[in-house]
Formats: sequence, structure tokens, C-alpha cells
Amino acid sequence: MELKEKLLSSFIAFENQDSSDSLFLNELRGEAIKNFETSGFPSKKDEAWKYTSLRSVLKQNYSLFPKSEHSIEYRDVQSFFVNDIDTYKIVFIDGKYAAHLSQTTHEGIDVCLMSAALSQSKYQVVIENYFNKIAAKHGLNALNTAFCSEGAYIHIKKNKVSKRPIQIIHFSTGKEPALLLQPRNLIVVDENAQVQILERHQSLTKNPTLTNSVTEIFAAKRAQVDYYKIQDDKLEASLIDNTFIDQNQESHVAVHTFSFGGRLTRNNLNFYQNGVRIESTLKGLTIIGQKQHVDHNTLVHHIAPNCESHQDYKGVFSDNAIGVFNGKVVVEKEAQKTNAFQANNNLLVNDRATINTKPQLEIFADDVKCSHGCTIGQLNENAMFYLRTRGIPEKEAKALLMYAFANNVLESVKIPQLKKSINKLVAKKLGVNIGFDL
Amino acid sequence: MLRINNLHARIGKKSILNGIDLEINPGEVHAIMGPNGSGKSTLASVIAGKEEYEVRQGQIVFESEDIAELSADERAHKGIFLSFQYPVEIPGVTVTNFIKTALNQMQKAKGEKDMPANEMLKRIREKSEMLEIDRKFLSRSLNEGFSGGEKKRNEIFQMAMLEPKLAILDETDSGLDIDALRIVANGVNKLKSKDNATLVITHYQRLLDYIIPDFVHVLYDGKIVKSGGKELAFKLEEEGYDWIKKEVNQNV
Repeated sequence: MELKEKLLSSFIAFENQDSSDSLFLNELRGEAIKNFETSGFPSKKDEAWKYTSLRSVLKQNYSLFPKSEHSIEYRDVQSFFVNDIDTYKIVFIDGKYAAHLSQTTHEGIDVCLMSAALSQSKYQVVIENYFNKIAAKHGLNALNTAFCSEGAYIHIKKNKVSKRPIQIIHFSTGKEPALLLQPRNLIVVDENAQVQILERHQSLTKNPTLTNSVTEIFAAKRAQVDYYKIQDDKLEASLIDNTFIDQNQESHVAVHTFSFGGRLTRNNLNFYQNGVRIESTLKGLTIIGQKQHVDHNTLVHHIAPNCESHQDYKGVFSDNAIGVFNGKVVVEKEAQKTNAFQANNNLLVNDRATINTKPQLEIFADDVKCSHGCTIGQLNENAMFYLRTRGIPEKEAKALLMYAFANNVLESVKIPQLKKSINKLVAKKLGVNIGFDL
Repeated sequence: MLRINNLHARIGKKSILNGIDLEINPGEVHAIMGPNGSGKSTLASVIAGKEEYEVRQGQIVFESEDIAELSADERAHKGIFLSFQYPVEIPGVTVTNFIKTALNQMQKAKGEKDMPANEMLKRIREKSEMLEIDRKFLSRSLNEGFSGGEKKRNEIFQMAMLEPKLAILDETDSGLDIDALRIVANGVNKLKSKDNATLVITHYQRLLDYIIPDFVHVLYDGKIVKSGGKELAFKLEEEGYDWIKKEVNQNV
């Protein structure tokens, strides 16, 4: 049976089993499954999916509802956490909450589970105000809305600052031959509040995993959100990340996406600005090889005056790796004095690697500064010669130049411990081991 | 130390060096002067091992070994250093990390372990003080946004750190004001010993007021057409290159 049919037919069973859902949610799910039935999975015929095919990923016979909870020990997965700082942790194993690995809170801020938020009445107002308000209503997003049952629920209330970063980690154990996960996160950051969040999906075996994740982030007036996505999964794991961000006036939201692993990774990152003097930052660093595929599909929608957006995506592609960058910036007529910057720079390490890059600017205002640029290049010969005259052999010189190229995406990472661990990861991915402090 | 015999080199189809002969012994300072386009920078790059140039004929012998087939890094390991006319900017790698990497690769090539951190720091401190380099400068990205003077000082700093046997200074005086020139030249002079040699490549005589050459060679049209002592540099400064061109053309 095709995955689509399998999903549609299991929806009835799913609906009946989950009786704790509110009427609000039941209606949403019913509508969502209908929308999914109509739109189905995206195919290469869709303009936005021209360079990324889900076909081979969808061929697996995925388990939709893992049967039992599979426990793992902290010491076995410790390396996937950022450890040397205090953090809140929301951890899932095969889609189920893992209390023994987590640390949640309700002190001034809510850092807890989506399942709790969806079923308990005290969260009802927030859920009804925000849940599924900005996520797209068709295709993969509808599928997630229909089936999602777990994820992170984060609510930072007015004037509160989460002193600890929050780590959201999804492990898959591979006890199922193939697993489809559909996490759902809701992050509401009230006026003048601040939060830093790390998200990671990590498979622990070679059994295939497909994650179709939806995250909605609401940043109220003057809120600050820093979101870091660490995508360093096993080669059998694929991820479709759908993130929607609604920003109100003077808010600052930055999303950093580090894509080093996985088989197929698609990042749909959408920023909707709804006020004046907003800043949106989108940074990405992709370092892949073998037959890996990473696709960044971004949208920044400017609708009010005096806002900024900064996009900087870099990629290093080797072997048969494929990279896609499709960055759309819309500046509406009212959005005068917009400053929108977009850059996509790529290094192809050999001639089998591919990058498809497509900037799209739609500007309806006349007093704006918008720039975009993309480069696809090989390593600079003069720089190679320079390094080699200093005694650095070819292989190490290449690695050092790639490291240098990648490094400046890390400069805006605000958590030093995270910066250090990503720096190490970058060095490892590029084979830089030439004796300097990272 | 270095012996170049009848060296011919070209880039693409363009022949640039047309039979160079040059011998440099330990303890000596040689200067190569010549008009623009005579092949000065090419000669420097060919000795250092730039792969874009094809050596068509002749030999480059360094310490009794023909090095024409060696890569730039292998030549560096043997003790050849090139100070670039236009040092390359490398954002994302600090001066300190770069020099540590280079030094440790040199150690590795010699079959030695990494230099201990405290020894490395000590050496960095000594050499940067000698060249009047600010500590803050060392944690900046390599050559990125450096002034002309800072770039050249940084080249000589790298030379001081790596302690080459043969240092080739390609137009080190270009882009330097008089103070920077003095500091750079002082550095080069302090690094001179009876065991190492320096090849200064310059268009103007100005640098040679500070780094006094034992021999001056004039390069024209890819050949050394005249050699002499330091007085030759003064003559070139006063009279320009025209008389050399005339002499060469008469001989043809």
C-alpha cells in the first residue's frame, strides 16, 4: 500500500484511539486529513519541490505508531546534548516523551509537552489562539496536524527571560524497521520575553526514519528568540522541517540551521513580519557528502516599514551530494525602508557534487535596500598556494580553507558552548585536524 | 644553497622566464631588480613552487637537490619561504591559528612532534615584539582588512616564525610607508645569519637602503642581463632601466 493510502486509512483508528483531544483539535484534525487527502505529498511537479524528490523516502513501509516505549540510557546518548551548561530538556524516544532524560519547568515559563498542552484545560486559551494559526494548511503540514500528538510546548510569559537554553531532542531507536515521526512544537514568546532553543533529531541505528516536523513560533512585541537546528543525523534518517515564525513589532528572531547529516533534509523556513522595526535572521551552514541531499526553502515576508532581514547560507558539497537553496523575499508596498539582505555561497569540492540555487525577490515598495547574491565556486588557487608555501600540505590546506569559509556562519551563535561544539563538528566534517585551538 | 641553471618557464602559451642562471650561497643577500613585466614575480613564484607555471627547461637545485618537481609545501619544508607581494586574505582563520598550523606541519614534515604550547607562545611573543606587532593583531583573521603595511609585517612575522633557509621577498616594499619599511627591513636584517640567505625582489632601490645586498641582478625579458654589487642598484635608481634595455637591444 502506498504511504498516502496507509496514512488515510489509519487516521480513523488514530482518531478513535485519542479520546483526550478537545473538540477544537478534533475539528482541526478532520479538516487537515481532508486537505492532505486532496493535496497529498509534494512532487517534483510542484515548483517548490523541483530539485527535491521525496519519492525514494516515501517508499519505505513506515510504522506510524510505535508500539511500546523504548528506553535508552543517558550515558549512551549524552554526546547528543549540549552538556556543559544548564538547560531545560524536552526529550522524546520514538515519538514518546522520555521523562528520565528531560527537565521541564512551569516556573514563570512553561517548558513542557505538547500532549499536555493539547489535553489540559489551562492551556486551552493559548492553544486555541496560536495552534495551527500560521502553519500551512495543506500537504506535509496538514499531515502533521492530522496526526501530531507530541512535541515541545514552550510559553515564555511577558517580560520573562528563560535563563537556560531549552533543548528539544528526538531520538529514534530503530526498534521499528522503519519509523515515521511527526513532532509538533508550539513556541509562544510574549512581549519583551526572551528564549534560546536548540533542536535536534537523532537516529540511533541504521533503520530508516522519516521525520515530518512542524514548528510554530510567535514572537510578540520586542520578544527575542534564538533558534538553533542541529541536523547531524545518520545517513538513513530523513527530515522535513516546517517552521513558521510570526513576528510582531521590534521583535528579533534568528534561526541557525546546521545541516551536516541525514539522507534527505528539507528545511521550509517561513518568516512573517507583522509590525515595524522587526529583525529576522536566517543563517545556514551545510556540509555534506556521499549521496546526501539538503534543501533550504526560505521565505521572508515584509509587510511593515523599517524592518530588516538577513539571510546567509553557506554550503560545502563533496562526493555526490546535492544542495538546494530557494530563498524568497517579499516586500509589500507598505514595507518602505526595508533592508533585506540575502547571500548563498557554495563550495563544490569535486565535480560530481551539485548545487541548485535560486534567489527570488518580489518587491512592491520603492524605498528599500534589498540585495542578494549567490556564488558557486571552487577553492581559491592563490589561497591554496599561499597556504602551501607555509608548509601546509594540499589536503590540510583545502580543509583549512573550507573551515575558514564555513566558520563565519558561526560568529552569530550566541551560546558559547554550542558554538564550540558546532565548531568541533565543522572541523570533524571537513577533516581539519591540524593542531589549532577551535 | 640555491643554484638555478638555464631556467625556462611559461604560463599557458606565454613564455616568461627565458634562461635564468643564478647562484645564491649561505649568508648572502641577493637583489633582483627589473622593469615591470620582466618576470621578477614569476621567478619568485617558480622557485616557491607555484603549479600554474610550467618549467620547460633547466634546473632549480636547492641544497644539492633538484626541487623542480616538488610541491610548494615540500619546498617550504626544505626551508624556502616566499613573502608575497599580495598576501591572500583568509577570513575565518586567525593569524595565530594559521601560524600554529604552519609550524606544526613543518614539525610533522621533519618527523617531530607538535611544538609545546608554551614554547609556541614564547616564540610568537618574541617575534611579534621584534616586528612591533600588537597582540590584538594576532587574533584577527589572516590579512583580512589589514593595511598594506600590516600585511607585509605579517609576512615577515611568518618568516620569523618559520625560520627559513632561503627567504624570497617579493616586492616587500610596495605599499609601505617609511616607518613600516624600516620595521620590516629591521626584522629581515635581524633574521639574517651566516647560514641563511635572502633574495629581495624589487622594482625600486629604496628597500635596498635598508637591506643591503651583496649582489644585484637585473632581470629583463625573462633573463638576467646584468649582475653587479650594490652600486648597480644606485645606478638604476638614478638612470632608470632604459640604458639596460638599450644595451640588451644593441647586443641583439
